[in-house]
Amino acid sequence: MRKVAIYGKGGIGKSTTTQNTVAGLVELGRKIMVVGCDPKADSTRLLLGGLAQKSVLDTLREEGEDVELEDIRKEGYGGTWCVESGGPEPGVGCAGRGIITSINMLESLGAYEESEGLDYAFYDVLGDVVCGGFAMPIRDGKAEEIYIVVSGEMMAMYAANNISKGIVKFAQSGTVRLGGLICNSRAVDNEAEMIEKFAAKLGTKMIHFIPRHNDVQRAEINRKTVIEWKPEVPQAEVYRELARAIDQNEDFVIPTPMEIEVLEELLMEYGLMEAV
Amino acid sequence: MATATKKKMVQWEPADVKAELLKKYPPKVARKRAKQIMINEALENETPEITANVRTTPGIITMRGCTYAGCKGVIMGPTRDIVNLVHGPIGCSFYAWLTRRNQTDAGTDGENYINYCFSTDMQEQDIIFGGEKKLAAAVQEIYDLMHPKSIAIFATCPVGLIGDDIHTIAKNMKEKLGDCNVYAFSCEGYKGVSQSAGHHIANNQVFRHIVGENDTPAEGEFKINLLGEYNIGGDGFEIDRIFKKCGITNIATFSGNSTYDQFATAHQADLNAVMCHRSINYVADMLETKFGIPWVKVNFIGANATAKSLRKIAAYFEDQALIDRVEAVIKEEMPEVEEAVTEVRTRTEGKTAMLFVGGSRAHHYQELFKEMGMKVLSAGYEFAHRDDYEGRQVLPNLKVDADSRNIEEIEVEADETRFNPRKTPEQLAALEDAGLKFKHYDGLAPEMEEGTLIIDDLNQYEAEKLVELMKPDIFCAGIKEKFSIMKLGVPMKQLHSYDSGGPYAGFKGAINFYEEIDRLTSSNVWSYLKAPWQENPELTAAYVWE
Repeated sequence: MRKVAIYGKGGIGKSTTTQNTVAGLVELGRKIMVVGCDPKADSTRLLLGGLAQKSVLDTLREEGEDVELEDIRKEGYGGTWCVESGGPEPGVGCAGRGIITSINMLESLGAYEESEGLDYAFYDVLGDVVCGGFAMPIRDGKAEEIYIVVSGEMMAMYAANNISKGIVKFAQSGTVRLGGLICNSRAVDNEAEMIEKFAAKLGTKMIHFIPRHNDVQRAEINRKTVIEWKPEVPQAEVYRELARAIDQNEDFVIPTPMEIEVLEELLMEYGLMEAV
Repeated sequence: MATATKKKMVQWEPADVKAELLKKYPPKVARKRAKQIMINEALENETPEITANVRTTPGIITMRGCTYAGCKGVIMGPTRDIVNLVHGPIGCSFYAWLTRRNQTDAGTDGENYINYCFSTDMQEQDIIFGGEKKLAAAVQEIYDLMHPKSIAIFATCPVGLIGDDIHTIAKNMKEKLGDCNVYAFSCEGYKGVSQSAGHHIANNQVFRHIVGENDTPAEGEFKINLLGEYNIGGDGFEIDRIFKKCGITNIATFSGNSTYDQFATAHQADLNAVMCHRSINYVADMLETKFGIPWVKVNFIGANATAKSLRKIAAYFEDQALIDRVEAVIKEEMPEVEEAVTEVRTRTEGKTAMLFVGGSRAHHYQELFKEMGMKVLSAGYEFAHRDDYEGRQVLPNLKVDADSRNIEEIEVEADETRFNPRKTPEQLAALEDAGLKFKHYDGLAPEMEEGTLIIDDLNQYEAEKLVELMKPDIFCAGIKEKFSIMKLGVPMKQLHSYDSGGPYAGFKGAINFYEEIDRLTSSNVWSYLKAPWQENPELTAAYVWE
């Protein structure tokens, strides 16, 4: 089983990209579990065709210790197992601790066991690695491949660089590696070139470029992945390509994050090219 | 026994002992600890500087406690009619339950919650989802069950990490309940470097939320507050007995055997008598700034110190009848004390002691040992600041580090209607000239002999090493040190909780202490510490390969 975590700046499109890619992997015949690590519990909405089942933490709170695997995972598109970690309302409690508790619970219930026949476990993690809890999926023995969703916008790249720092920390003591950058286009100047250069500086590659397309939005309104909603549209093919690229990926590295000055130079070089 | 002890002592010069204590440390730790171990030169009146109130080096087994312990355990714990609700996992409340042996009388109203243990019992799900609702529900439950005047909420470590807004909960519940004052303490254990931070946090909130809340006139001719007395083993009862005999009205003790209304009316006293300077000087200063009540340092540990403190209070009121009554009380109480001390001195004279306790106790108890003719070889505090060692004159030069800055310092102004300077500046100056010092504390160092060792934040290793090197006849500290010291064959007296004894304050307390120390140091039980076969083996053998 390959254990994959998707990180990236808040709002960059991690959940959308993850689910659409998972749909592509399903078409390749892969058995997948998606674990949403966001208190909003909206990481599996497209796979389940609507807002999800009860989260792990809600179940834990209501059922006490008597929790079964079937209580916390639900079958979604193409037989994917969908799990939402869940967490507190905004501004209270500790979402980080929630993720730790939730992943431990999944493990102790045997969600990752050989007998489950999983090819992939995907962790869709909220925003930046702000504290220990959000680093849980990249700690030793959890996710081993990281993909960072990024765009050509400064703050998205800044977040990606920061996440890489987190990966370095855990890579030195464990097995986690960076698998590549997924560019979810915001249609900024020279985006693909810039992200390719950025990826090279991080010691990795841009594994795929996802052009901006309204079909993604349309599929979301229909609570479906693009592949499920309209398998024939070009955007569906884009996600299939990304799925294949991840499925065939063998380039796993310890990233080399850069100083903020270097990052800004990169942006000047590419981002301002047209304007100048 | 006594001669053997003396021989041990002359073998070691203080500088050698200090070097020996530091020998095992890595260089950087040794450098830091060296600044916290001071060879006293107090008699030359050029006290060298000691480092205090700094972080303990990780890895050292410190004697210190945490901020929560200082706030809930020390300052707020002894008040009988305030319900102390601990917001956190159950252990924080359970292990702080009645352990300090603060005594109280239940009063005529019978309202006494000291013997209860209240906690929100936070579980993992409360950490994840936040504990605010559970806290509000717990406050409501307490109110419904007990209907107390006041509920105090204490934050434990996880509460600070997850950011439960305990102050807003307290404010909302106070409004909702109407006749119950609810307030909270952000006294998470990890704050500050020792329990001292907790004292400060408690002082701030007591002053902000309780002091001055009740303007019902307090009766009494000579009204004082006793600050920094915690009625451990009944100390406060004995002091109150003496006050009563002298005609002094103690409006509020902070906080031994106290009530909510005592705190609320404390602003009506005319003098603050400060006993434990470390834990309560903040309230003393704030009472002076806001209400115009001066403070003097007192000490009711030791019969002579008690007499001196009573005379100080009488001198402040400048009333001949009071002065005469205080003298009469001292005259009446002292013969019994003198009889007792003369008797025990035949055995205690020349014996030695070490005291490592508190932020005042290591100083105050030296009075009692002095009265018994015993010598204090070494002493120090767990959580004191430099002023508690060297005197308040060092205050302007104290470095305020990041750890101290992290603890709130509240700004107090003179109360618009109730500020009333009890003495004019001229009167205060005249009293100062006559020898009564205000806002004054000389600290521990001048009380100790030259060449004695003053050690801040002593730890397990150094404690055992000190005992091993200097073999005192008695060692005084807390429960964490008790048994390791006894295993070294030295009697140990807890001066936090008094083991099962007390009171040791005032005149009757002094007698109790003489008897207790006499019992501990004159016992021959320690000579049986080695099993007979350890000293005279019946069989001896050697391994064949030797």
